[in-house]
Amino acid sequence: MSKELLSGNEAIARGAWESGVKVAAAYPGTPSTEILENISKYQEIDSQWSPNEKVALEVAIGSSVAGARSLAAMKMVGLNVAADPLMTLAYTGVNAGLVIVSADDPGIHSSQNEQDNRFYGRFARIPVLEPSDSQEAKDYVGIALNLSEALDTVVLLRTTTRISHSKSLVEIGERQSRGLKAYKKDPSKYIMVPGYARLRQPEVLARFERIQEWTESASINHIEWGDRTIGIITSGVCYQYVKEACPGASVLKLGVTYPLPLRLVRKFASEVEHVIVVEELEPFLMELVQLSGVKLHPINLPRIGELTPKMVRHAVESAFDDEEQSIDSVPSPDVPSRPPVLCPGCPHRGVFHIFHKLRLTVSGDIGCYTLGALPPLNGMDIFMDMGASIGMAHGIEKANPERVTKTVAVIGDSTFLHSGMTGLLDMIYNKSKGTVVILDNGTTAMTGHQDHPGTGKMLSGEETVTADLEMICRSLGARRVRVVDPLDVNELESALKEELNAPEVSVIIARRPCALIVKSDEPSMECDEELCKGCGICIKLGCPAMHLNDGVVEVDPALCTGCALCAGVCPFGALSHKEEKDA
Amino acid sequence: MHSPTNILLAGVGGQGTILAGKILSQWAKISGMDVKYSEIHGMSQRGGSVITQVRIGEKVYAPVIDIGTALYILAFEQLEGLRYAHMLSPKGTMIVSTQRLEPSPVLMGVASYPEGVLSRLEAEFHAKVIDAPNLAQKAGNPRTSNVVLVGALAMVMNGSKEEWMRAVSETVPPKYVDVNLRAFHLGWNAISNLKTEMKDGEERVER
Repeated sequence: MSKELLSGNEAIARGAWESGVKVAAAYPGTPSTEILENISKYQEIDSQWSPNEKVALEVAIGSSVAGARSLAAMKMVGLNVAADPLMTLAYTGVNAGLVIVSADDPGIHSSQNEQDNRFYGRFARIPVLEPSDSQEAKDYVGIALNLSEALDTVVLLRTTTRISHSKSLVEIGERQSRGLKAYKKDPSKYIMVPGYARLRQPEVLARFERIQEWTESASINHIEWGDRTIGIITSGVCYQYVKEACPGASVLKLGVTYPLPLRLVRKFASEVEHVIVVEELEPFLMELVQLSGVKLHPINLPRIGELTPKMVRHAVESAFDDEEQSIDSVPSPDVPSRPPVLCPGCPHRGVFHIFHKLRLTVSGDIGCYTLGALPPLNGMDIFMDMGASIGMAHGIEKANPERVTKTVAVIGDSTFLHSGMTGLLDMIYNKSKGTVVILDNGTTAMTGHQDHPGTGKMLSGEETVTADLEMICRSLGARRVRVVDPLDVNELESALKEELNAPEVSVIIARRPCALIVKSDEPSMECDEELCKGCGICIKLGCPAMHLNDGVVEVDPALCTGCALCAGVCPFGALSHKEEKDA
Repeated sequence: MHSPTNILLAGVGGQGTILAGKILSQWAKISGMDVKYSEIHGMSQRGGSVITQVRIGEKVYAPVIDIGTALYILAFEQLEGLRYAHMLSPKGTMIVSTQRLEPSPVLMGVASYPEGVLSRLEAEFHAKVIDAPNLAQKAGNPRTSNVVLVGALAMVMNGSKEEWMRAVSETVPPKYVDVNLRAFHLGWNAISNLKTEMKDGEERVER
């Protein structure tokens, strides 16, 4: 067997292929995105982007019931969107194997919160598997699917950013193809009307006992005996930190973190002097171990952010030292921060400039354009979850109708199709006078340019029907729908002023492709030193291609895309395209 | 068992630290060693500060590097070299590009780019300075700065040049193999030239 260097996400894709998955669906979200991107490389798997995570899971449920092994992947907050089908899927169980991958983001590298999705396992009474490297990420997909079929349950495969986005060597295998499992009509199993759901509950509890029994003997929970003074219970990437930080300790490595193998935990605890739990985020394992009656030795690990081997070593040493030791952290040098920024030529920039200029209250949404909230654009007031901008803007208007002429909802094309459409419908239905700006850059940019229903292409690259944003908005009941070019700041400003004062819902579609996808063939800009007054208005656009040097603006021709947004805001006509001036 | 060799790649989103990390990992695989490699995607990629971590050894557990334990730091930009210098082991070596990219607070005039970053890194961390943008231009594509730096690191790490070249060829897209190999050689040679100069310099210091 050959070994390949795979990220956790690539390994999950490989695992899905090897274990005979036939249908896979997802909505992109860091750190889960590459799972479906890699699955799509296998011809044998029917893979797709869905408009959102709820639909992705529903597709996977349907295909499981129809007899195909299925997978749905999402980032941790995506499972909130898919929680509705999940909680009832936990009742119905499956036909062919069904696994949900939840990629959590400790450290909040690219998310809006740090929720610990192991709780969904406990909430839904379904098993949670946690791989600790890419090999396990691949293997656990197969284990999860077998478990799913054997015990008639969906299985949650939980990774974290350090598993999904770390590469390690993986022994790869071949695909075990399997035909469709027979589908049998069974209303009492698949139709959860109250009468059937009530009857199903005892079965769910009985199934949980079987899952509990399975986990006691599951080989992915195992003890690595070492020194018996300290016994460490751990899982996921924390297992790697423990092996590095405490090489001599006895370790109970949990591949299944819900439900816990209680007999194994008690046996482990009875054979070591002190038991500690090492885990990131919530004290999830800690509480379950304590519930099992095992007395834990206290350890002081942060409940926020990622751990490191050094933090683990320090916490374990301090736990057995009378005097609290301080961690010998070297402060990083005092250097200016480098926050992410909107790219040069980004079509979103001008929109946030105008929001700021008009002093609007901006209800924002999730995507690259959330960067418009940062200085110098400072163009956002509230931001929550996918699609929230529209409903929240409507709420602002409900609280104080006078604010409507100074409030705007801003949302990207992919996010609008994910879950913004119902918000707009709510506004129109409830007679709002609000204004919604859809930033249509023709892609899901932040996660790395995935297609969506509005791009006219599927995950496979195959062409398909293009969802028409204007027609969607009109069919929801919006009568004022207009399209503007976001690089034309003057047109944008006048359109906004007009629509903010309109007596009904307005939708402005600011349409221009992402600057990273459609490369500009415009010459770069340059600044006429004679005309430039160094006022800094253009600098407030926050474009990485320009800066002030000795009171005069300089443009970096290597970065500048020639979008000319800066020329549009310059009061002195100092900025122009290079060739234009030479001509 | 020896502890793994930790390599930290620090740069700005879009500079190609991820590809450089992939070449290092591929080299480790060719050399028959265990390797782990960790990167961050998503929001920070939009021109923000990014790091890629590579650990190579007989057996590697954690995919991340602790403070003060990086045996090598490859800094794709001056300020990023300074930002992550505390990650360097006392026995470690830093290679830093002359590339200077002003972060948004500096562009906006609310912070200033520190003066003399390169000389500070040379003085405090014995950093080896490589004019990667210029060498990449010489190689024939300004976007190969990352592979110039990999060439420099490969020379410092003293591996077999053939294995390194194989790692480059197997990692970059097929149509860009030649230009990247040129970039690799220019980086490799830049360090050997530097080494000769260094010998003279070190002698002077000792006197």
